[in-house]
Order: sequence, then C-alpha cells, then structure tokens
Amino acid sequence: MKRIISILIENKPGALARVVGLFHQRGYNIETLNVGPVFDGSYSRMTVTTRGSENDVEQITKQINKIIDVIKVSDLTEGEHHEYEFILVKFIHNEKIQKILKKLNGKIHEKDKNAIVMSAWGTSSNIEIAIKAIGKANLLEIVRSGSIGLHEGEKVLKI
Amino acid sequence: MKLSGGDLLLRALREEGVKFIFGYPGGAALHIYDSIFKQKACDHILVRHEQGATHAADGYSRATGKPGVALVTSGPGATNAITGLATAYMDSVPLIVISGQVQSHLIGTDSFQETDMIGISRPIVKHSFIVQDTKDIPKIIQEAFHIATTGRPGPVVIDIPKDKTDPTKLYEYKKPKEVSLRSYQPRVLPHPGQIKKACKNILSAERPVIYAGGGVILGNAHKELIALNKLLKAPVTNTLMGLGVYPAKDKYFMGMLGMHGTYQANMAMHNADVIIAVGARFDDRITNTPSLFAPNARIIHIDVDPASISKIINADIPIVGQVKESLNALINEIKRSKIKIDTEALESWNQQVAQWRQKHGLDHELYLQKTKSQMILPQVVVQELYHATNGNAWVTSDVGQHQMFVAQYYHFNKPRRWVNSGGLGTMGFGLPAAMGVKLAFPKDEVVCVTGEGSIQMCIQELSTCLQYNLPIKIININNEALGMVRQWQDMNYGGRHSASTYSDSLPNFVKLAESYGHIGMKVTKKAELKKTLEKAFSMKDRLVFVDVYVDPNEHVYPMLVAPNGSMKDMWIKKNVKA
Repeated sequence: MKRIISILIENKPGALARVVGLFHQRGYNIETLNVGPVFDGSYSRMTVTTRGSENDVEQITKQINKIIDVIKVSDLTEGEHHEYEFILVKFIHNEKIQKILKKLNGKIHEKDKNAIVMSAWGTSSNIEIAIKAIGKANLLEIVRSGSIGLHEGEKVLKI
Repeated sequence: MKLSGGDLLLRALREEGVKFIFGYPGGAALHIYDSIFKQKACDHILVRHEQGATHAADGYSRATGKPGVALVTSGPGATNAITGLATAYMDSVPLIVISGQVQSHLIGTDSFQETDMIGISRPIVKHSFIVQDTKDIPKIIQEAFHIATTGRPGPVVIDIPKDKTDPTKLYEYKKPKEVSLRSYQPRVLPHPGQIKKACKNILSAERPVIYAGGGVILGNAHKELIALNKLLKAPVTNTLMGLGVYPAKDKYFMGMLGMHGTYQANMAMHNADVIIAVGARFDDRITNTPSLFAPNARIIHIDVDPASISKIINADIPIVGQVKESLNALINEIKRSKIKIDTEALESWNQQVAQWRQKHGLDHELYLQKTKSQMILPQVVVQELYHATNGNAWVTSDVGQHQMFVAQYYHFNKPRRWVNSGGLGTMGFGLPAAMGVKLAFPKDEVVCVTGEGSIQMCIQELSTCLQYNLPIKIININNEALGMVRQWQDMNYGGRHSASTYSDSLPNFVKLAESYGHIGMKVTKKAELKKTLEKAFSMKDRLVFVDVYVDPNEHVYPMLVAPNGSMKDMWIKKNVKA
C-alpha cells in the first residue's frame, strides 16, 4: 500500500542524507521525495512516499524518529489528508497532450514554433494516469515535484 | 583566557570527566595532539592500530558505563575506526570517536588522507557532527556526550577539519548550561496504563519467563530486576549481552538463551504463557524462526527504544521507557495489586524447568568429566578459569566457539563483568577491550579469552600493553582452526573445511608474547591446565599469554536447529536432536 510520510527535520548539513540513507539501510524504497525549508527556515518539511504494509510503515516512522535531527514524523495515510503533485512537461505541439494536461489544472508557460512547456497539478494518482496517457510520442521532457501533503481538518504537523 | 580549537576540545573533554583518550596521531589531528601534550587531565593511550583504539574505548565504556573516547586522524585513521564504531553501534555502547579531517578548503578535492568520515560512518552511529565553527567545539562535545549516553546509548562521531584547531586562532570557551535539543527528547517514564496492563498479565501468568538483555546493564537496572524477581520467583534467562545482570548463582537463573543457550532456557521460552522482555531486542540469534517463536506467550516488552518494540516479534504490551524507571513502576504496581500469584502453578512451572535442566542442562554434560582423552576440552578451560579467578574476573572475549563457551561456563554474577561483541561479532575485539577495562579497574583481574584466529586480528596491541603496563591475562583457546566456521562446515557442508584451517602456519604464541616483552605459557595436557592457570594468575604484574591447545573436534551445544526451527528445536550434542 502507498504511504505518505511527512517529516519535520532540522535544516542542517547532512540531515537529508540521514533520512534518505535510512530507507536504503532498512530495505525500503522511496518512490517520491520532496523537501524544502519552512517557517523560519531553521527546519525543513519532507514528504516521502513509499510502499509497505502497516508494520513496515510503523517500523519506518519509528526509525526515522530515532534520527537525532528529526523533530516530528507523521504518516499522512493513517487518516484523511490532502495530497497533490506538480509536474512540468515539455512536448512537441500536440493536441492530445495539451488536452490531458488542461484537465489537470494545466497552464502554458512557453510556446514556440516547435515546443510547448506546460505545468499541471493534481493528486498523484491522477498525475500517474496522465503520464501514462501522454505516452512517449511527442514528449521531450517531464519532471515531477513528488507528492506533498497535509492532514485534513484540525490535525497539524508543526513545532 | 582565549583558547585554540585543540585546547577548547581538551577542556570540554575534561569537563565531561574523560580520563583516557585512546588514539593514534596523524597529520589532520596534530594540532589536537599538541593540545594533549600541554595538559594533564586526560591520559593519552597510544594504540598500534585505530581499530584497537575504538575497541579499547568501547571496553572502557562497557565496564564503567561512562563514554570511552577514541581519537584518530583523517583518511585511513578514520576508516580504521569504522569496525569499532559498528561494534559499539550494534551493542548500544556510548563511544565518542573524534576524527581529524583535512582543512576545510580542501574538503571535496580528493586531498591527501581525505575521506568522507561523516558519510562512511552515517549508518553505524547514533549521531555525528562536523565542526564548522571552532567556537562551537565545547557545545558540540557537550551535545555528543549527551546523545551518546541518554535514551538508547550509541556511538557519536565528531569530525574536525584541521583548520578548526589552528593554534594561532583563539576563542572564548563558551557552552550552554545544559543541553537542549528540540528534536531529541528520549522517553524516561513508562505509560502508567501499560504498567497496569503488564502487572495484570504477569500476576495471572502460570508459566512466566523473564528474558533480560543488555539494556538492563546499559540502564543500570540490575538491582531493580533482582527486586522484581524477589516478588515473582519466575525463571530468568539472560541474552549474551545481558549475562551478569541477573546473578548466575541464583536458583531461578536458567543461563543464556538462544542459538547456543541452555536447553532449559530455550524450552522455557518456547512454553511460556507470559514473556517479560526487558532491554532485549528479539534478535535473530534468540528467536530462531520468528513465526514459530513462543506460540502461546503474551509478550510484555520494556525498552527505551520504541523502534526495538514489535520489530521482529509483536509485543502485546509495549512499554517504552528507561528500564530502571519502568521496572520500579512495575514493582510498585505489583505490590499494590490485589491479584494473587498462582503459587501452585508457578511452583510446578519451576519444577518443569528443573527437570529440563536435569535432562539436558550444561551441568549435566557429564562427559566433560568422564572423558578419558588426554586432550583438554575447551569448556573445561573456562571452568578452570572460573575457579582460578573465583568467578570474579572481568572477562572480555573475541568471537566464535570460545565466546560461547565463556557465555555458557563462566557464571557471571555481576553486570558489566562480561565484555564481548554480541551484535556485530567482531573478531579482534577482546584484547583491546581488555586494555580499556584494565585501565578502568587496574587492581582487578582482567582476562581476555580468545582463540588463535581472533587474537591475530588485533595482536599488535600486545605492544600497547607493554608501554602502559597493563598486566591482563590472555587465555588462548587454541584448536588450530576457525572453530565456529569449522563447526558449521561439519554440520552443514559435509565436513568440507573450506579456508578454516591453518595448523601448520600458526605462530609460536609463547615466543610471540615474549618478543613483545610479556610472558608466554603453553599447555597441551589436561594435567597441566590447572597448575598453569594458577601460575599465570600468580604473576600479578605481568601480562601472561596462556596458549591452551584443546580438542579440535569439540562443537558448541546446545545449538538451535535452523532453518525453520523453533526455540524448542535444538541439537543437544553431535547427531542428537532434543
């Protein structure tokens, strides 16, 4: 099962590597990874998506929590949550691709004789479907931000 | 007064109560070594290989409970410290390794003796620091010691680029009054609701077992463990790392459990209805096949590390907290409780354990006494060692058959007396670890039980022992082969001894000890064993290397049957399954 884990971590050199390394050390895979400083910039928020059973994820979150630089860990998939992903796509003029991306809040950022650069965002599962539908033909480049997410309702992950 | 980075470091170490620094100098650490020369609070012990420095500091730490400190230079100095770090990490030992690093502006340029120590050591440390600003050194040392010693202890690396200890750049010595880390607040007190649940389960148990590990030693909670069992009177087993935490002479003690645990301990675990796991982590050398583990037991698991709970075996009642505080809470709850222990059920359970002990227990290995062979049995060496030292020695070991024989036959009655690499299984650990113990307790008997394979992995430290006058005793259980490897080859590989023998190329250990300025003794006959050991231990001021040739065909039993076995499935002796 797909899991979305949110992590608040000290914004210190090497801190990211400790989290990423841990997944490898403990035999788990990272599917997507997003990280950036938040609030006063003294700490960062990471969102990692992975696959595993409930036991696996419990072990992962416990092990991440043990990293000294990690302030808080939360498994968003434990409850209701918001989850989105952002993509940028460069492609040769093509109606089909434009149509697919338009459905996902698509926006054109650059257009010349040969190519178009568009952005789009949506839930990761919709992004996945779109990427499959786009296929390889006419596609030049694609980049994904990785999932980001928040708990629904009053629950907040914060220091 | 303003100080250089090196002087800041030494003052910070002194304020943490550091008495010894085990180390080896080199380019990137030279400013620090100059600071060492100018002070008197910390003695520097010059080892002969950085692996020795880490194991010696580790041994010091295991024996005293205080963090041991190792100092190495960059590059090869740092990489040589890696095995020692991994050893300490696996056994949760608070070890501080300070590594010199090339100058900041050279980092990342493949400069001479440069290696990414922080990167290499990342998976085998509790935490690591790189000094980016010299004035932070006192604060970093303070935090490093705090992190190493609190919660689940572990090793910490501090990497110091050479320019950060430049003797011409001076700073004020400043550090906060106390450590405060928003991201690190290990839990101390257990959850009262969980303690209540545990108490109810324990008191209504008919076949309880206490399974106590190294965490009880690390948490200094052996008195609480004994107090708990004064109330419960349940059979107790210790892990390899926990030996000594419950007195071996106590009638409720069943010996070690697991791979080479006693018959009664493994049978009791398998048949228990409640297992009280204290500071133990259900390691694969304990559980055998996890799905077959203790099929009828409810598991109560006390540990300071939440990640150790339900990692391998699901805990029915997890208790996260310091062992001492958790046991005290449990004891108080039991005293308050109105539930009466079913003494009749418990009595018959203890009798069942006694029967198992009678049937296949180690004390009943009568063949040890009966054998007519003139060859010395390795188990008998350990028994004789126990008598020669009145069971009072600090014993370190290396890894393999000799390690298991000590665990089985040297009956430890006090915590910390047994110093061995249980988690990582590091050959070469025993001799340097014994140096650390001897420095901590110079008046006590310190013995390194080793094998002719392991001892050759850190033998260079015999020179360190001469330089600092460390009269430890080395008992080399010599079976002229890598004994445990050969045992597995006998049992699982049709007796094909692939790369496990070297009998025609072993050194003359007596001459080798003598060439290092020590005393060497060789024993080959049973009749000489006792006398030789007595003679060795009578030489209080000398390091004595006793090379004991033993029966090379002896295996370690019991041994859990694997794969697909449970804890009740054991080889009791050659070709005999229980």
